Amino acid sequence: MRDFYGVTLPGAMMLGTAQYPSPTIMAEAFEASSASVATVSLRREAGGGQAFWDLIRGLGLRVLPNTAGCHTAREAVTTARMAREVFQTDWIKLEVIGHADTLQPDPFGLLEAAKTLCAEGFQVFPYTTEDQVLAQRLVDAGCRVLMPWGAPIGSGMGLNNRHGLRSLRAAFPDIPMVIDAGLGLPSHAAEAMEMGFDAVLLNSAVAQAGDPVAMARAFGLAVQAGALARDADPMGVREMGMPSTPLLGKAWL
Amino acid sequence: MSDVTIIGAGVAGLFAAHKLLGRGVIPRILDRNGPPGPHGCSWWAGGMLAPWCEGVTTEPVITRLGAAAADAWAAITPVTRLGTLVLALDRDRAELARFARRATGHQPCDSVDLEPDLPPRQGLHFAAEAHLDPRRALADLLAALAAQGITVERAEAEPADIPGPVIDARGLAAALPGLRPVRGEMAILHAPEITLTRPVRLLHPRHPLYIVPRAGGLFMLGATQIESASRAPVTARSVLELLSAAYALDPRFAESSVVELGADLRPAFPDNIPRVTLRGRVIHLNGLFRHGYLMAPALAAQAADYLTTGTKGELIHED
Repeated sequence: MRDFYGVTLPGAMMLGTAQYPSPTIMAEAFEASSASVATVSLRREAGGGQAFWDLIRGLGLRVLPNTAGCHTAREAVTTARMAREVFQTDWIKLEVIGHADTLQPDPFGLLEAAKTLCAEGFQVFPYTTEDQVLAQRLVDAGCRVLMPWGAPIGSGMGLNNRHGLRSLRAAFPDIPMVIDAGLGLPSHAAEAMEMGFDAVLLNSAVAQAGDPVAMARAFGLAVQAGALARDADPMGVREMGMPSTPLLGKAWL
Repeated sequence: MSDVTIIGAGVAGLFAAHKLLGRGVIPRILDRNGPPGPHGCSWWAGGMLAPWCEGVTTEPVITRLGAAAADAWAAITPVTRLGTLVLALDRDRAELARFARRATGHQPCDSVDLEPDLPPRQGLHFAAEAHLDPRRALADLLAALAAQGITVERAEAEPADIPGPVIDARGLAAALPGLRPVRGEMAILHAPEITLTRPVRLLHPRHPLYIVPRAGGLFMLGATQIESASRAPVTARSVLELLSAAYALDPRFAESSVVELGADLRPAFPDNIPRVTLRGRVIHLNGLFRHGYLMAPALAAQAADYLTTGTKGELIHED
């Protein structure tokens, strides 16, 4: 199993901490999901988020702070530095938003910020697209994890470009990859794991479900199911039917 | 001579005084800032009494106990009982369907039948909901207390320094375990050409908004909900979001005057449910979150019940 900057995670689910009906429900959702990483945003809460950040530390999980809400490399770098202070970690999920409507990453700002942060010793988890040229540039900049999107953030559409994601997975066999953003259903998470991704990261699909705790449990089970299936060497696809009971000995007229 | 000392003259403390008086218990009210004003978060509230809309994102107890709030307030201050109109922009129609699925107490409606002055949209009507003007309500509550000889004394006080039973309703200043600040930001617009008779909630995947009409062509726009203790003025981003959402609802808001911008902190417990916390002779009323006017009557009633009869209602918390 691929590790994340030397850390082997006990589970393949990363869960966000935004948009829950209450911190109590958030904590119950984390418990039910068996998530091993909690992501947290700092941009808007900066200057007073201490009480909420304490709640997140209280989950007892590894924290992956993010730069959600940043639209330029400079903003993202500043937010990452603050996150390192607040959470005492070199891990940073790097998000540089390039388009207000689709929230798709700005590849140029992302690469610029990744270069700066990798040089400063950060362990960068870049939120990127399935573009392989960009992926190569990010790896060249020092990123040892990639986080391709499934679909636009919060859209719940699942894996929008299966061919692109499969091809990206195959092109970087040694790089751990997390499907980040766009998942809406547990089946999307299972599919990502079956395709060979190392983890999934989601937030809205759980936090905005009518019953976030039940949905968190469903996602946790789906991630486990997908990982089990991947490791069980799926049979693959055939062009013709293949009977599972032998024809020999049957009446053949 | 008073029987109970209440510290904190926000909506919780004042309503507790009102409830206690009704049961023959004489309160004394202290607040370091004197009578309510911009220093307290009760001042910045929307004043929606909307237990069924709130039920979509809160625990069932809020809907159950909040349902009686309109009646409780109507004895003190004008309450408008025209319900709540919930709308979504055309491209967010799915948000309306989801809200309808998760809420109770509503009927589908055409907005034009309820608020003919707004651009017509499909919506939901929560007919049993109500609203009030929070600043008027605080003034009316003060007047009702004054009529019985109770006024707010400006004094800094700690419960430990006061003999006898104490109700601590100081909000975040009480620093109870688990209590956290949730920042909220609001705007008040003057738009005399727009007529609205009831609160309108605009469902939006990124920038949900409510607009509460007040007397004199004023409209309260709220409210952000940010996990932050910052008391800094409203951010530009929040103003942009609130005003853009209002503009999308009715473009005439673009020509309104921004009369006021406000930001303050709501005290909340981890489950976002208010509590009557019992600590010997000190009783804490706290954690009203975004439900100050909706839940103060129930919270105050349970505190008064406990003090007078020892009854422990479901908001009672012992730690």
